[in-house]
Amino acid sequence: MILVYLIVILLTGAFLAWIAGRWNPTGSRIISLIALSIDLILTISYALQPIPSDSKWLIDINFAWIPEFGISLHLALDGLSLVLLLLTFFLGIISVIISWKEINQKVGFFHFNLLLILAGIAGVFISLDLFLFYFFWELMLVPMYFLIGIWGHENRTAASYKFFLYTQASGLLMFISILAFYFVHGRTTGVYTFDYLQLLGTIMPDSTSMLIMLGFLAAFLVKLPVVPLHNWLPDAHTEAPTAGSLILASLLLKTGAYGLLRFIVPLFPSASISFAPIGMLLGVIGILYGAKLAFAQTDLKRLVAYTSVSHMGFVILGVFSFNELAYQGVVMQMIAHGISTGALFILVGQLYERIHTRDMNRMGGLWEKAPVMGAIGLIFSMASLGLPGLGNFIAELLILIGVFKTNILMSCLASLGLIAATIYSLRIVQKVFFGNKNRDWEMNDLTVREKIVSASLVIAIVWLGLFPQPVFNIAKPALLKTLDAQRERTIQDPVKSKSEAPVKTMLLFSDIKIKY
Amino acid sequence: MTGTDFLCLAPFLIIAIAPVVIMIVISVLRNYEVVYGFSILSLLFAFASIFFIIPAVPHSVEPLFIIDLYSLFFLGIIILSALLVTLLSYDYIKQLEGVREEYYIILFTSTLGASLLAVANHFILFFLGIETLSISLYILIAFQRSKDSSIEAGIKYLILASVSSAFLLFGMALIYTAFGTMQFRGIVSAISNNGQLSPLVISGFGMMMVGIGFKLALVPFHMWTPDVYQGAPAPVTAYIATVSKSAVMAILIRFFFNIRGFDNHYFFIVISGTAILSMFIGNLLAIRQQNIKRLLAYSSIANMGYLIIILLTGSNKGIQASIFYLISYFITTIGAFGVISLLSTCKYEAEKIEDYKGLFWKRPWIAIVFTLSLLSLAGIPITAGFIAKFYVIFEGMKAGLMVLVFSMIINSVIGLYYYLRVITTLFSPANETKLAALSLTGNMTLALITLSILLLGIYPGWLIDIIVRFVTL
Repeated sequence: MILVYLIVILLTGAFLAWIAGRWNPTGSRIISLIALSIDLILTISYALQPIPSDSKWLIDINFAWIPEFGISLHLALDGLSLVLLLLTFFLGIISVIISWKEINQKVGFFHFNLLLILAGIAGVFISLDLFLFYFFWELMLVPMYFLIGIWGHENRTAASYKFFLYTQASGLLMFISILAFYFVHGRTTGVYTFDYLQLLGTIMPDSTSMLIMLGFLAAFLVKLPVVPLHNWLPDAHTEAPTAGSLILASLLLKTGAYGLLRFIVPLFPSASISFAPIGMLLGVIGILYGAKLAFAQTDLKRLVAYTSVSHMGFVILGVFSFNELAYQGVVMQMIAHGISTGALFILVGQLYERIHTRDMNRMGGLWEKAPVMGAIGLIFSMASLGLPGLGNFIAELLILIGVFKTNILMSCLASLGLIAATIYSLRIVQKVFFGNKNRDWEMNDLTVREKIVSASLVIAIVWLGLFPQPVFNIAKPALLKTLDAQRERTIQDPVKSKSEAPVKTMLLFSDIKIKY
Repeated sequence: MTGTDFLCLAPFLIIAIAPVVIMIVISVLRNYEVVYGFSILSLLFAFASIFFIIPAVPHSVEPLFIIDLYSLFFLGIIILSALLVTLLSYDYIKQLEGVREEYYIILFTSTLGASLLAVANHFILFFLGIETLSISLYILIAFQRSKDSSIEAGIKYLILASVSSAFLLFGMALIYTAFGTMQFRGIVSAISNNGQLSPLVISGFGMMMVGIGFKLALVPFHMWTPDVYQGAPAPVTAYIATVSKSAVMAILIRFFFNIRGFDNHYFFIVISGTAILSMFIGNLLAIRQQNIKRLLAYSSIANMGYLIIILLTGSNKGIQASIFYLISYFITTIGAFGVISLLSTCKYEAEKIEDYKGLFWKRPWIAIVFTLSLLSLAGIPITAGFIAKFYVIFEGMKAGLMVLVFSMIINSVIGLYYYLRVITTLFSPANETKLAALSLTGNMTLALITLSILLLGIYPGWLIDIIVRFVTL
């Protein structure tokens, strides 16, 4: 039942925060904090228990919802979901705290939307019924649209439209695919259901499987985003308020990555293998093109937005290598990118609050004025370029090693992305904190509230960089399960022999454990 | 006529007697509240009487009426929609100068015409119903005699509706020539005996489709819709969009399924072509509208396009999907027009999109209802519209109508664009516009509508159960 409570607490919190906001803005902030803290504590207490290594779900609950169509309220938790839930609630708390001063209009409605988005995201991470999954997938759109459209910057209206239309259009394609899957499964087995576990073993012709998979991919690749479909991202991230950018970059993009791991690979084993070369190519293009665009920006927030495109390229590259090492890297990348990019967006927000510009050409020499802020900026720029000792390094290294075993060329090309990342990350530090003073800005350093936020993020990213093992331990059974499901189904497939070798190596690797 | 006959016709008798009583009351004492209360009560009685008929069905009152669960269900929809429209009319009509009580008389006669369509088993009753409905609507649309746009809309509707009635009548005549009967059952058996349809019959059905297409505002018979929606008083617009359409839909579904129109090649092409055209033209024309009533008019054209897809599925499940869609569409439409009519005064119709600028910050409650209605029209989760769209797409895919389903998907995205435009306006910074004060009845009706939109969006199972139990042909 804990899974239902997680969602219900958020929804209740959302309504209470809205009502409280009519009398006292601080009240709605506190209510949101309380709701998110309860959820975080519940999830942490679950994460601290030992994770059974067999492939069972940690929690699995199932109620009928619309029995007429075989739709159920099926929620389940495994290691992958658990890690992502932790990230969701942690960053949820952060986003309430950073909005404390930034948002001072319509505070109640702001927190209502914020909690509703988080409820949608949490729901996506735990639903095992495809209809329910789509329900939550869509549920996060409207409040996000309001978040951008009401509290955003100058071009917020256009950005919020673009965000909504892109995601809705691709979501509808996924919806068609879900229905097609439902009918294909129903016609072959006679059981009409949207239940993930029952649909898992559906046998269908390759061409059908490919078509259905493309529908799912459309939704996930737009969310991720992958290069030709990334157009909504820079606008939405740039125009959103800081909390909105944080949630978009750190959590919303992860739902796309999660979808790839949870649905694409296990549900379409052979089709996903046929798609793998294209998928990896898209990943590499994303890494390099995103980095190039990031380098070309003068708007600091836009720059950070494009780094997401680049970093998410690693995720799709890793997913389509079907290799456990890479999968560990993907999970780590989701978390580390969530924290580091989130932190950079927070930094941009703090700068904007102080000097009211995001144009890097008007900044420069800010280290003198705000050394603490500069240090934080330096740490997260380093994280973004993949400095050893910080979480992103582990993630990108694991992905590159994993991919190297299946596709050497792609791995080599992708590692060029690390160089590009170094260039744009150092450019942030150079242009903003060092360099010539273009103007004598009057600004304060971080306040206590902001220091607490930044410190907790720094601790998280360093901890991930130095002791990544707990994350691996939690996520590993889930990832093995994903890969097993895929391997069993492609047993006759010639590709199978290719994907077996790296897995064995990986098992060796995981025995050794990663130590620093 | 037997006792059962009388029992089965009770709702019609109530709806027919009520306007007569109102007329007599008015001639003695003109009191708006009394007439209003009486109208509500009569509609409630009519609705309640349906439950007493259920054990007696199926029953036919030869040769005109057929009363089965299907027709009772539609009767229920029609009466409930009429009731909601009546509830929302209170303030709007009260502000009018001159005679106001007559509005309710005409509302009753048009409801009578609409409910006759739900039970029609004969061309005569079909035509009688549609004419009673149309003639009442001419008056309702032009009810604000002091306003030019209202008169213009009334005349437009009068001329076009008469032309379409002529087509309908001619179509009926052609079919009568071919088969020598005007009873549905007779036509159905004649068709199944003949096998192939003769050109005479095909053209007869084609002519009838013109008449029906006009009433449902399907492309290419949609031209009247924006003008009439704009010119008519807001509650009347809601009435046209719901009661009048559900009645025509009731007879269209029954007739089309009885003659198994979906098996016929020509019908298939004509219906799917109309559906696709209605979706695209409705949605594309809606994008640039600055007037909210016109925007909703175009959106209704598109919605009828989605709805008639279901005719081609040829299954009871398909009909059930279409009825779920109709119900959710009606609730939503009445919600949207309810907001418009509550914010309008007799002097100033709140119909420009800019009138709604910043509504959320001035009237949060009304803005939420409006937002929910628009989201439901766009088919976003937790609203009834989402489940309805899912249901239609679901049945469409099951029947393998992929082209239609894909056009529906594309159009959902186009539709979303203009609904979002209105929603954005609702939430943008407020400007100074005068808004009418809200009444208790209006607020309660809106609360009821909001609850139903959410209830159907989150827990639709019970309504689906009811529909499945009632609606089979």
